[in-house]
Amino acid sequence: MEFVPEPKQQLILCCECGSAIPPNPANMCVNCVRSLVDVTEGIPKQATIHWCKNCERYLQPPATWMVCDLESRELLALCLKKLKGLAKVRLIDAGFLWTEPHSRRIKVKLTIQKEVFAATILQQTFEVEYVVASMMCPDCTRVMAQNTWKAKVQVRQKVDHQRTFFYLEQLILKHSAHNETINIVEVKGGLDFHFAQRAHAIKMVDFLGSMVPTRSKTSEQLISSDIHSSTSNYKFTYAVEIIPICRDDLVVMPKKTANALGHISPLVLSTRIGNTIHIIDFKTLQLSEISGTTYWRNEDITPICTMRDLKKFYVVDVELLGPRVGKYALADITVQRLGDVGKNDDVIIVRSHLGNVLNFGDLALGYDLLTANINCDTFERLNPDDIPSVVLVKKGYAERRRKRKQRNWRLKALNKDEGDMVPKKQELQKKSADFEAFLRDLEEDPELRQGINLYKDTSIIERPSGHAAGATDAMLGDEDDEDGDDAPEVPLEELLNDLKLASSDEADDEDMAVD
Amino acid sequence: MAVRAQFENSNEIGVFSKLTNSYCLVALGGSENFYSVFESELGDVVPVVHTSIGGTRIIGRLTAGNRRGLLVPNSTTDQELQHIRNSLPDSVAIQRIEERLSALGNVIACNDYVALVHPDLDRETEEIIADVLGVEVFRQTIADNVLIGSYCALSNQGGLVHPRTSLQDQDELSSLLQVPLVAGTVNRGSDVIGAGLVVNDWSAFAGMDTTSTELSVVESIFKLQDAQPSAIVGDMRDSLIDNFS
Repeated sequence: MEFVPEPKQQLILCCECGSAIPPNPANMCVNCVRSLVDVTEGIPKQATIHWCKNCERYLQPPATWMVCDLESRELLALCLKKLKGLAKVRLIDAGFLWTEPHSRRIKVKLTIQKEVFAATILQQTFEVEYVVASMMCPDCTRVMAQNTWKAKVQVRQKVDHQRTFFYLEQLILKHSAHNETINIVEVKGGLDFHFAQRAHAIKMVDFLGSMVPTRSKTSEQLISSDIHSSTSNYKFTYAVEIIPICRDDLVVMPKKTANALGHISPLVLSTRIGNTIHIIDFKTLQLSEISGTTYWRNEDITPICTMRDLKKFYVVDVELLGPRVGKYALADITVQRLGDVGKNDDVIIVRSHLGNVLNFGDLALGYDLLTANINCDTFERLNPDDIPSVVLVKKGYAERRRKRKQRNWRLKALNKDEGDMVPKKQELQKKSADFEAFLRDLEEDPELRQGINLYKDTSIIERPSGHAAGATDAMLGDEDDEDGDDAPEVPLEELLNDLKLASSDEADDEDMAVD
Repeated sequence: MAVRAQFENSNEIGVFSKLTNSYCLVALGGSENFYSVFESELGDVVPVVHTSIGGTRIIGRLTAGNRRGLLVPNSTTDQELQHIRNSLPDSVAIQRIEERLSALGNVIACNDYVALVHPDLDRETEEIIADVLGVEVFRQTIADNVLIGSYCALSNQGGLVHPRTSLQDQDELSSLLQVPLVAGTVNRGSDVIGAGLVVNDWSAFAGMDTTSTELSVVESIFKLQDAQPSAIVGDMRDSLIDNFS
């Protein structure tokens, strides 16, 4: 049998305490090394992290605020960055120790290694306690101080209705121009858009300028300045004025201006608002455009009759004269004021551009210049022979026909702040009347619909009773057809499906699968 | 007695001194403190000599010697050689060696009977060592270090070796030297024994950092207790022997 000497570990005495240990680079037992050097020296055992209690974010120095869950990786990273001395040691492990969430204390257990003597690495585990101090973040401070916006766009139109703003709202929604606004406030005569940055406001001003004729004025207010770094803090305000001419307005201008617009008649109807105002001479079908610069050069183009002055007329006869321009056809139309129908035989013969649209028995809307109270110098100066007694503007529809219908479409709305305006009952009524007029305009004019998004109202379309009601409507419509045809509707194929991201209260309403 | 000493704030006193049973060399320092420690301990027994070797102060690492002789490297000047010759007893033979490994203190560890040398040392040098020092010469390594003089300290009573020397190596060296050996440290865990400790048959000098544990190991293995081993040292020795047997 062969003798195999078992290898024996030679032992030395620890140079400090004299206990027998296997030799190591320090030739010292672990306890003595521990007592001699503290590897956690230079690492703070307590630290403070800042936390905003409004938005529940943690401060990542120098200036970032992060959302972190308790005991998350992000929070651990943030905690470790707080410890100054960690760069000099090797971090082996780190983890949270459970603490009561309300205690505002976070405990982290760290395991570190450090070279203590030549070629001696000591590993040690210790705890660091973090105090979560609350500190309001700059964003929340600004909200609290109500100093949230840096730039404001004030959009105003000097007219007594809000149709333009309803239209603008839809344009803004379609182009998502409101994405960077931080607040939209409704004020008398218009809207205020608030922005966090000046560039966003400039973008909004440009957007508005590309949609409707506008002019804008910039002003700035000094909030604070630092003379040492020569930086200053301003608030910018852009006052955007929209041209006060709307669709279907009767516009009067001096002869000279009319000549500049292609020798058009001084009394014209505006037909469409785009980048410029499209106008038509209803007596000759001559078309022209008024741009913003033309308007503001002299400011002598005045709308004298607007939507509110529209009167109803009964069409007695239509006599086409021949000339046609686009959808317009020149005609001599015999009309009778609706109030006079059946009482007398006062008929008025009007030259109009609506020869294509109006038929015998239709209802027409127009301005009655004989009875209208017009207060305008330019209008006074016109040759009285050139002024027609009635200007027909568009086809009208009997009120009761509309009443029966429920719209199967709807519009989206901006999230507006009503601001300081006290919603008086009267004003609310006026506003809803304006909105109704705007919706009718949309129904009647496919051109106007092109620029904006209409959404299916699934609650109306899918309701079976709605179909039944529609059917009875149709039958009723057949019965009294002599009153004129049905009010126009928006065809279903023009409508968009609304994409609603499931919110808790409307989850059942959500239906993206509707085709 | 084992004594702590320091040479100009350095604990490596073995670099700056050479101690044998018949003489002691110390380097020329800025003050006489270092010399005084040796002088007070050895003065009435053996000569304590100030010297330099080749103009340097690292005399402990450049020279090797025992009771019978002293080996100095080739860099030693004639003047230094003459000074040493005049200072040492006539019975001590002094020899200058032509050797590539000129730090003789690092490559030779010896007591009065046996020398352990670097494995690459010249055969001629080996013969000179045997003749001048009157010893048996063995080529050895200690804990895989060839610089055998740096990593051990020997006397005729015992020897302290590098802490990583395995038990087999210790047994082998011990049987060559015919003295007990122990693995240990000086200067609070330093393993360069030869640099931290100089020793002869009745005294030992260690660096100032040497702990009392280390000093008691030194005293016990070199048998430096005045009369009988004190109880604690005896205990410690017993525990060592327990561990090492």
